[in-house]
Order: sequence, then structure tokens, then C-alpha cells
Amino acid sequence: MAHGPTSTFKNPVVNWVDQRLPVFTMIQKEYGTFPTPRNFNYFWNFGAIAMVVLVVMILTGIFLAMHYTAHTSMAFASVERIMRDVNFGWLIRYIHMNGASMFFIAVYIHIFRGLYYGSYKKPRELLWILGVVIFLLMMATAFMGYVLPWGQMSFWGATVITNLFSAIPVVGGDIVTLLWGGFSVDNPTLNRFFALHYLLPFVIFAVVFLHVAALHVTGSNNPLGIEPKGPQDTVPFHPYYTVKDSFGITLFLIFWAAFVFFAPNFLGHPDNYIPANPLVTPAHIVPEWYFLPFYAILRAVTFNIGIPFTDIVLIEAKLGGVLLMFGAIAILFVLPWLDTSPVRSARFRPIYRIWIWVFVAAFAMLMYAGGKPAEQPYIAIGQLGTVLYFAFFLALPFIGWIEKPRPLPASISKPVLGGGPLASGVTAKPMEKA
Amino acid sequence: MAESTHMPGHGHGSGTHAGDEHNRRDFLYLAAGATGAVGAACAAWPFISSMNPAADTLALASIEVDLTPIQVGQAITVTWRGKPVFIRRRSEEEITAAKNVNMAELVDPQADEARATKPEWLVLVGVCTHLGCVPLGQKSTDNRGEFGGWFCPCHGSHYDTSGRIRKGPAPTNLAVPEYAFLTDTSIRIG
Amino acid sequence: MRRLRTLFLAGLVALSGAGSALAAGTEVVPPHESWQHGAVNRPFWQTGAAGFFGTFNRAEAQRGFQVYKEVCATCHSLNLVSYRNLEALGFSEAEVKAIAAQYEVTDGPNDEGEMFTRKAIPADRFKAPFPNEKAAAAANGGKAPPDLSLMAKARAHGEDYIFHLLTGYREPPQGFQVPDGTYYNEYFPGHLIAMPSILNDGGVTYADGTNATAVQQARDVSVFLTWAAEPNLEARKRIGVMVLLFLTVLAAVLYAAKRAVWADQH
Repeated sequence: MAHGPTSTFKNPVVNWVDQRLPVFTMIQKEYGTFPTPRNFNYFWNFGAIAMVVLVVMILTGIFLAMHYTAHTSMAFASVERIMRDVNFGWLIRYIHMNGASMFFIAVYIHIFRGLYYGSYKKPRELLWILGVVIFLLMMATAFMGYVLPWGQMSFWGATVITNLFSAIPVVGGDIVTLLWGGFSVDNPTLNRFFALHYLLPFVIFAVVFLHVAALHVTGSNNPLGIEPKGPQDTVPFHPYYTVKDSFGITLFLIFWAAFVFFAPNFLGHPDNYIPANPLVTPAHIVPEWYFLPFYAILRAVTFNIGIPFTDIVLIEAKLGGVLLMFGAIAILFVLPWLDTSPVRSARFRPIYRIWIWVFVAAFAMLMYAGGKPAEQPYIAIGQLGTVLYFAFFLALPFIGWIEKPRPLPASISKPVLGGGPLASGVTAKPMEKA
Repeated sequence: MAESTHMPGHGHGSGTHAGDEHNRRDFLYLAAGATGAVGAACAAWPFISSMNPAADTLALASIEVDLTPIQVGQAITVTWRGKPVFIRRRSEEEITAAKNVNMAELVDPQADEARATKPEWLVLVGVCTHLGCVPLGQKSTDNRGEFGGWFCPCHGSHYDTSGRIRKGPAPTNLAVPEYAFLTDTSIRIG
Repeated sequence: MRRLRTLFLAGLVALSGAGSALAAGTEVVPPHESWQHGAVNRPFWQTGAAGFFGTFNRAEAQRGFQVYKEVCATCHSLNLVSYRNLEALGFSEAEVKAIAAQYEVTDGPNDEGEMFTRKAIPADRFKAPFPNEKAAAAANGGKAPPDLSLMAKARAHGEDYIFHLLTGYREPPQGFQVPDGTYYNEYFPGHLIAMPSILNDGGVTYADGTNATAVQQARDVSVFLTWAAEPNLEARKRIGVMVLLFLTVLAAVLYAAKRAVWADQH
């Protein structure tokens, strides 16, 4: 352990607090001396980046909430008042608006890291599951946040997505009425979305705390996918990764600032600068870019599923799309059990490292198709992307079984570091137990 | 080689070369920390500033009032910065009564000349200096208290024809807002 | 190398999302027509409001305000802009007061419970041509002319779109049906717009003496409306340059610190 029964901090005030509530000991243990693999690449920055984005979003959100009015007659105007009259209101709003996109960029890269290097495998399954929970909460938060400015896309996006729940058999209509608080998306809906949008980020914060706690039980994964064998394989988190994360965060802030100051509306949709009108539907209702893949999956089911050669419909197309869309996220939860390979990192998995690009291609295809109108050839592209997306996951048990992994290095700090994954003279040890 | 698990910045370098490296690293920490701190301060400022009154609030920080419709002896109330402002066009008797007051009798001594640059026009913030109620006395049918000015019904403060507190719990005279005559018949308050 | 490629490909995914965002944004134009047709393609660093270091040309914006006031304001409101905002275009406080005083706005109710009219003050919003949306629709063949406060942000390619729309009235191609009450416009989605061509050479006499051709008026009013949609644009870009420079310096310092800390590990 780091310190004995009496804390040994130099500062007497710090000592006094720590003896009664060991926060400083905890910080020093978890973020100071915590043994971290020494071979992280820059993919490992994105967890910290996501944390910074979350904090900035909460801060900007609170200051926006000081000026925002969640009533249908005033919401749009209150946002414009923020943009025009509130001192630096435009800055806080644009940071928040682009921050949502930044959050998803960081999290998608963070998830990709997890997929590529096998960070979801034993013993980190719960860490992964908590991550998927955070992802779900992020999507709910972002969805409700987009409704708040009460523009055309806000209103119609809310209408389309809440209407999905009517596909649920028997109780669907009642659920939708409950969600709406009325007979359509209207003031009661807007108000409750504001309340929930304010609440959920703090729930996310709590789950992130659990996520990091779970991580600190197992320790971090690393690009080689093999566990550290001793202190020669690790470095203390501070200063090595505090400084590296600070650098990475600064680069990310440059990327974010470029959007905020020079292209603040690039990732958005112009229609959301038109006040919501329940009587006029926009030509193309499109969600924000980070939802496009799931939107494409939703629209990919264009046919009813029934018993062939009869008129019996088991699952309507609408319900099929909803199930498949939620299924696309649900399948993430069971990933640790779908992938049967004992090897973590794709570096040592010759089939998986090619196969993962199928997932990336599917994701890109779906993102592209999701932004297009529901016409051919975009429907076909969306359907192909959906098939590939699910094929990626469903093939994993099989791939793990037939794949012949490359030999793993003996440890992280053996001379293999800095070179390729293969070491000359290393004993072939394909099975790495956790 | 494994790095020991102790906090940096207080390290003891072994040998001049390691010492140089430590110094360089410490300097870089300082530089990075200082730059970051400057950045954080600059980043904090917009958030704090956003809590200050916004441009539309500031636009109504001054109002112009046209005085022509007010008859002698009549008073109007306008809203300025969310508060009522009393504008009374005083009659000769009211002006005389205001001027002929012994300073020693006043709870909060202040000459009438200091409160009304043009004696005919009295501009006051219509908020009782006790606990903030709006005193009565704008209409001639109102209870104007014992001194012919205003009377606060909440706790019984009496103000005279110059808006000065004469009797009751209020500690100071009714406030005179910053105002200026734009023309003989219009003023800008604030 | 491998890591670079992975990072690069991951970045591509992000960019395809951004590309989808952009593509989705151009959906305003009919699907089979490219926006590039006749568009003013300025490189992004050029000055003008759209430029990287862009500022609003004050002269253009003031002329554009005159065009809005004398031509567009007959039908289109500018609800989110206040008269006091005009000081940003170079008008003095007294001039703004005089401009506002030209308009009568409704206020009240007074102590008798009645609404009354008074001269507008700088703090007031621009006076709308119609008292409400339904009156605007009734006076304009069933569809209210849209408010212009955000038009430059509510349409893809904002400033350019407005310019091209205003100068885009053409004879319809052979066989293209143009119902009564609509007009053929090259750039309006669907080509049939309810607004007639409204800018004419000499229709406005510019206060600064510039020759008021229809194209000049369209240019100026586009700049004015871009300002109206984003009055803080100049501050945003100015602060943006400082922020990016600062962050670059900070990144360089942190990179040096990182290299120093990691020196014994490499």
C-alpha cells in the first residue's frame, strides 16, 4: 500500500483532511503511483479526452441553463438571446453544440481501441459493459439535448424517434403517450426532456466513476494485450501519463476549437435554425451525424417478417427496424462472450485484424446511408451495412475457433518494445491467461 | 529501467547529468503549468462574464421619459431596471414645504436642492428604504402620510414632499436615481 | 506505422460522419442538381463574411440594411434583431435612435387597459410588417414570408444561397409548368417560389451613392442578412485565432514536457 496508518503528506491541512477522509491518499494511489503499462499508444488518450469533454459539457450546459427557457413559446428565442445578447453566450453555446460531436468522436475512437486490442475480454467484461451503459446514456442525453433549441429538426427528430415506441405490440401507443405527456411532441415533452437532459450527465458521471473503478481493479490493457509481469512493465501514471494525456487533450482541444471558431455549424443541420412548426415537415429528417449508423439500421428493415406463403405477419417492418436498431447496441453487451479467442490484441490475430475492418466499413456505410433520403441505392447500402455490422459480431465465435494466433511476446518490456510484435527467439506462447 | 514510484518535482538527481535533466523537466513542468493556468483563467472569464447583465438587459438600463403629459401636482410611475420610479411635478406649496424644513428635524438630513435640481420635478425610486415595499402617494386620492409626500403601508414610514423619511422605521430617504434632462420636457433615467 | 494507419482509418470514419453531415446539409437543393452550378466558389481564406479571417464590409452591410428596409421589410420580418444592434454596422447612437423613431410599435396595456402605439426606441426589436403569422399568410396567398433573422444560417451555403436566389429568376425551361402565384427560380428547391423577383436596377437609391443595380442590391442584402444571422461572427473569428495560437503553443510546451518525462523510457 502507498502509506502507513498516519498519512505522510507534507502539508498539514492536507494531512488533517486525509486522516479523516483519505481522498488525497486515494488520488495519489489511483492517479499518482498507479502502475500503468509503459507501452500505451495514443489510442489510450481517448478515455481521458472523453472525461475532459464530459466536464466541459457539464460546465457549458450549466451556464447555458442560466439563460435557457424550456417552453415551446420561448425556447428558440431564448437560445437566440444566448447567441446575440448574453456576454460570450455564442461561445458557450457553440462549445456545447460542437462538444456533443466531440464527445462521440472521442468515444467512438475509444470504443474502436477496445475492439481492436481486446480490452473487453476477461477480466474486463464488466468494464466494457459499463462503457456500453455510458454510451447508451450519452445517446439519450444527446437526443434530448438536440430537442431543446426547438428548431425544425429538434421537433421532427423527436417526433420520429418517440413514435418508434408505438411499434411495441399492445402497449406501444400508451408508452408513447406517457413519453410525450400529451398527444404529440409538445410543451410537456420539451419540459421533461430539459429536466432529464440536465440530470443524465450526472448519472453518466457516476457510471464513469464506476467504469474507472472497475478499470483500476484489473489494471489497463495495452497494445500487446498481455498482462504486465512486474514493475519493469509499468510506469507510474504520474508523471508519464498525466503529461502524455495533457498533450493529447490539448491536441483534441485544437481540433474542437477549429470547429467552434471557424465552422461551428458544419456538423449540424441548417433546418434547426428554423423554429419548430408542427404543420410543416422538413424535406429530409436527419438526426445528428453520430446517430446516422443506427438510423440507417432502423430504416434498413423495409419488409414485414411473417410466415412465408401466408398473410401472417409476426413482426412489422417498423417493429423490425426498432428491434434491429436496439439490437445493434444490445449485441455490444455480449461481445465479451461472443469472441472466443484467448488472444486479446488484434496485433496477434491475423484473421480478426482484417475482419475488424469489415466492422469499420459497415459503420462508415451505415453512417453514409443514414444521412441520405430513404431511396435506392441508399436503402441497399444501408441494408448491406446492417448485414455486415451484425455479421462482424456473429462471426466472432467462429473466428476465435479457427484462427491461429501469432506467438505472443514473453512480456511488455522484453526487447520487442518499439519494434514489431514478433520477437526473435521468443518462446511461442499463443495462449495468454488472464 | 523501472522508474521509482515517487512524486516528481521534488526529486533528487544523482550526478550533474541527471540533475540537468531534472532541471529541464522541472522547467518544462513550470512552463506547461503556467501556460495551462493562463489558459484556464482566460477560459474561465467568458463563463463569469456570461453571468453579467446581457445586452438586452443593458439596453433597458436607461430609459427616456417624456414629461409633457404630466400636470402640475400630478405624478406618474415608470418602470426602470425592474423597479418603480416616481416622477412628481410638484406644486408651489409642495416645493415650499420641502425647502422650509429644519435639517435638524430630518432622520436623514438632505437639502431639497440636492434632491431636485429643477425644483418642479422630483424623480425618486419608489421603493421604501425600510424593507422594499412600494409606498402610496402617487395618486391624489392615496394616503400621502403626515407630510404630504408618500406613505408606506407596510410598516408606516412617512416621506415628505421631497421624498425624505420623516417618521417611521425607514432609515434613509427615498433614493434619487441618476437622471438628466435631455430637454426641458424629457429626462433620461440611468 | 501500423498504429498510424489504424488512427488514420479511424479518422476516416469520423470524417465520413462529417461528410454525411455536410451531405445532409445540401439536401435543401433538389437531389440531382449540384449546388456548384453557378455558385460563387470562394476559397475559404478569402475575406468577406465567409472568409477564414472574415469581417463584414461595413459599407456593404449598411447598403444591405437599406435594401432590407426599403424592399424586403414590406413582407419579411427581422424579429431577432433590435435597432440598437445597428450600431455594430457603424451607425452612431443618434442615428440608431432616429432610425428606430421612424417606426410606430404597439405597447401596453396602459392604466386604462388599452394597447397604444409609440415610437420605437433602440431597445425594441425590428418592427414586423404583419401583427402575427396568420395575418402574414393571409396577405401573401396562404404562406407567410419567412422571418429573415436567421436565413443565412437556415439554408445551406447561407450568404451565397440568398444572393443566388435573389438573382436566380429565369424563364422556365420548355414544358416546365409554373402555376399562378409562383415563379421559376433556378436555386429554390423545386424551382417554384411564391416570391416574385423583387430587386430591380435603381429600385433603391443608395445613401452612399453606389450604383444600385439589382445584382449590387442582392450582394449587399446578402451581406446584411449574414450579419443579421450572426452578429458575433467577427468576434468569434478574432478570438478563434488567438485561441488556436495559444493552444498550439501549449501543445508544443506539453510535447516538450512529455518527451522530457519519457526520455528514460525510450
